[in-house]
Amino acid sequence: MSAPGLLHNLTEPFSYAFMQRALLSCAMIGFTNGFLGTFVILRRQALLTDALSHSLLPGLAVAAILVGLSPGGLLLGGLLAALLVALGGQLIARNSRLKDETAVAALYIIAFALGILLLRYARVKVDLVHFLFGNILGVGNGDLLISYGAAVLTFGILVPFQRPVLLTLFDTSVARASGIRTGWVEAGLLALIVLALVASLQAVGVLLSLGLLILPAATAYLLTDSFSRMLWGSALLGLSGAVIGLLLSFVANIPSGPSIVLVLALFLGVAYLFSPHYGILIRLFRGRHLHEESLRRWTGHEGHDHDLPGKN
Amino acid sequence: MRAEAHPDPLLVVEDLTVSYHRVPAIHHLSFSLGRGHCTGIFGPNGAGKSTLLKSIAGLLEPETGRILIGRRELRKAAPLIAYLPQRESVDWDFPVTVRGLVEMGRYHHVGLLRPFSIKDVAAVEESLALFNLADLAARQIKELSGGQQQRAFLARAWAQEADLYLLDEPFAGLDRGSSANLAGALRTLASRGKLLLVSHHALSEAIDLFDTAILLNGEMVSCGPTPEALSPRNLECAYGTAVYSGHHHHDHR
Repeated sequence: MSAPGLLHNLTEPFSYAFMQRALLSCAMIGFTNGFLGTFVILRRQALLTDALSHSLLPGLAVAAILVGLSPGGLLLGGLLAALLVALGGQLIARNSRLKDETAVAALYIIAFALGILLLRYARVKVDLVHFLFGNILGVGNGDLLISYGAAVLTFGILVPFQRPVLLTLFDTSVARASGIRTGWVEAGLLALIVLALVASLQAVGVLLSLGLLILPAATAYLLTDSFSRMLWGSALLGLSGAVIGLLLSFVANIPSGPSIVLVLALFLGVAYLFSPHYGILIRLFRGRHLHEESLRRWTGHEGHDHDLPGKN
Repeated sequence: MRAEAHPDPLLVVEDLTVSYHRVPAIHHLSFSLGRGHCTGIFGPNGAGKSTLLKSIAGLLEPETGRILIGRRELRKAAPLIAYLPQRESVDWDFPVTVRGLVEMGRYHHVGLLRPFSIKDVAAVEESLALFNLADLAARQIKELSGGQQQRAFLARAWAQEADLYLLDEPFAGLDRGSSANLAGALRTLASRGKLLLVSHHALSEAIDLFDTAILLNGEMVSCGPTPEALSPRNLECAYGTAVYSGHHHHDHR
C-alpha cells in the first residue's frame, strides 16, 4: 500500500458524520466504563456485573414493546430490570439459605429467558444481536446524549466522593466504623454500573460493554499500586482501546465490537506478560533475586531481621 | 464480679447486650476504661470477644445498654475510634502503598475535596516514623511481613488521631519476632495516652502484653489489672462453663 493510500485509509473515517458520532461515542463510553471498571474489579464484582448485563434484556424488551426503540425508554427499562435482579438477589439471599451469587445467577438467567421471549412481542422488529453486541454505526444523537449524561453523572459523583468510596472499597466494615454510609456507597456504585451498561447499549451492546468495564481495569490493576493511577489509567486504556478498535474495524472491515474487545484484550495480554511488577516474566527473574536475599540472611548482612517479606 | 468504675473513663460500656438471631452473644456487660491502658480481651471461643469489639466499633446494634466514648454517644465519636479488622478480612492485593494506607487515616480530617495540607502531610510522616515504616512507605501492603502489616494499620489509626484502638486478634499468625515488635508498638501507643482493646486467645503471654484484662464468657467474668482479672478462680469460671448459644449448639463468629 502506498503512503498516501495509508494516510487516506486513516483519515477517511473522520470524514463521515456517522463515523464521527461513533468515534465520539466510543471515546466517551471507553473512558467512563474504564473508570468504573476499577470499582468493579476491586469489589470483585466482575461476574455480578456480567449477570446484570444479561438481566437488562427483559427491561429492554418491555420498553421496546411499550415505546419502541427510543433511547430514553430503553434506558429506563434496562435500569429497572437490572435493579430488580440486583435487589431481588439480595432479598432472596437474606431470607433463604441460598447464597447471594446463586440467587443473582438464578434471577438473571430467568430474566434473560424472559427477555428473549418478550422480544418476540415487540412492536418493532428487534434483533437480539443488536442488544447484545450493539451497532456502533447506528449511534444517533439521542444515544450520544445518554452516554454523555452517564459520563457526567459518573465523574460528577465519583470524583468528589473518591475518598469515602476508596475507604469503602478497601474495607467495608472499617469504613462503616468510621461513620461512612457504606450501604449508600455500594448502592450508588451499582446504579452507576448499570447506567454505564445501558448507556453503551447502542454502541457496543451489553456484553461488550462488560468488556470495556473489566479489561482496561484488569490491565491497570496489573500495572500500578496506586488507586488513583489505576482509576485514570484504566479510563485512558478504555478510551484508547475503544478508539483504536473502532478505527481498526473500519480499516479492516471487521465488526466493531469484537475489534474493540480484542484490542483491549491485547493490552491485558501485554500487561499480564510484561508488567514491570506483576507480569509473569518478571516473576521468573524475581524468584532468583529473593533467593539471594534469603541467603544474605544467613551470611549475616541483614542481622536478626524478622521482618523479611513473607511472600512474593 | 463487678468492674471498678474509672474516675475519668475514655470508654464506658453500660449494660451492653448484643444478639445474633435473638441468641445473645454478650450479656449485660458493664465496664469502663481510662486512657493509657493496653487491655486484653480473653475468653473461650464464642465468648463474645469479637462481638464486643464490633459493638464498640459501631458495627453491631446493641439490644440493651449503651456505649460512650469520651462522654459522647458512639455515633458522634466515630473519628476517635480505630477498628483494626482481622487479617483475613483485608484485601492485601488492593492497589495501595503503605503511605496510601496511612493517608486514608487523614481523610476524615481532610474532607471530600480539599488537598492534603502541610499539617496532614506532617501527620502522615510522623505516623510512618513512629511505627518504623518510613523506609517501607512506597511498598504495596502485601510486600510487608505480618508484623509490618499490623504496624501499617496502627500507623493509619495514629494518623487518624484516634484515641481508642480496637484490635481483633492482631497476634494471630505472627512469628515471635513480629509479635514482640507489635507488642512494642502497642506499649508505645498506651504510653502516649491511647486506650487499646485487644482480643487475644493465648493466656500465656497475657501478663507481659496487657496491663488490664477483660475476661468474658458471654457474661463478664472479670475486668481489672491482668493478674487479678485472670486469677485461677476467674479462669476456671470462664473456661469451665459452656458458652450459652441457644437451644442447640452452633458457632458464633
